[in-house]
Amino acid sequence: MDFSAPRWQIFNGVRITVNDEPRELPAEATVADLVAGLALGPRRIAVEVNQAVVPRAEYEEHRLAEGDAVEIIHFVGGG
Amino acid sequence: MDDPFLLAGRTYRSRLIVGTGKYASFAETRKAIEASGAEIVTVAVRRVNITDPGKENLLDHLPSDRFTILPNTAGCYTVEDAVRTCRLAREAGVGTLVKLEVIGDERTLFPDVPATIEAARVLVKEGFQVLPYVTDDPIACKRLEEIGCAAVMPLAAPIGSGLGIRNPFNLRIIIEQSRVPVIVDAGVGTASHAAEALELGCDAVLMNTAIAGAKDALLMAEAMRLGVEAGRKAFRAGRIPAKLYATASSPLDGLIR
Repeated sequence: MDFSAPRWQIFNGVRITVNDEPRELPAEATVADLVAGLALGPRRIAVEVNQAVVPRAEYEEHRLAEGDAVEIIHFVGGG
Repeated sequence: MDDPFLLAGRTYRSRLIVGTGKYASFAETRKAIEASGAEIVTVAVRRVNITDPGKENLLDHLPSDRFTILPNTAGCYTVEDAVRTCRLAREAGVGTLVKLEVIGDERTLFPDVPATIEAARVLVKEGFQVLPYVTDDPIACKRLEEIGCAAVMPLAAPIGSGLGIRNPFNLRIIIEQSRVPVIVDAGVGTASHAAEALELGCDAVLMNTAIAGAKDALLMAEAMRLGVEAGRKAFRAGRIPAKLYATASSPLDGLIR
């Protein structure tokens, strides 16, 4: 065992899930940061954090917190 | 516009509403919609695949100045899920019109009527224009209308079954009593079914599988457009009563002897 390496990395960010997939974001990351990082293009989307819709106008100020469950939806073919 | 279709404060030329599911590509979806003449198209609300979001999106092919986008709550089995889906759809910015489905059973995809009524109540209160998919039950349709739904959408037969109108008599009662548009939603298999719905006096018909699942989807889309037009014209024209015995079409006078 290599004892020279640090035994724990201090993680300063936030761990969240996006559509059930775990993601790590820097501390203070907002919904706007998350969306920008996903390269979704100009499509129409909607975002929910912990089952509450986040209005588009609040993306910039809505900070994500440890354990947040984010849903991002778009429209697909359906009947 | 001659004989416009009025729905939720807007007028439409076409009485055919089509779904966008089950097509091989967005281009094919668009072509089929063009061939159908539909101006209202349904879409589903689903998670974005965040690891591979894809370059294109369905709505890129359905410009909002040409089509009214009608998000559905397909796949929802509870009031909570259906309401949540509608809130998300509205936030995504396609308006307040929603096709409400609260499914009660996986095999038949019949609606859970009490849950549909409950969800409709919540959604109407939140300002949605609700188009509920419901069984061909006049009482359920009445309740949904009383709540403030913008239309009622009784099924003709199970979703995707292609069985056609199984209970024209219930539909007639629903049409007679309703003061909101009646849209047959689900069960249509071919153009004659669509024509029949309009002949009965339905205001419009909604379908997806019948077109998308046909061997030649574009040709079927056109057939449906013509079926809906024919059915509507026949309804407006006022058909002759059905009788058991013959009535001669040619004059009886002047026959050769």
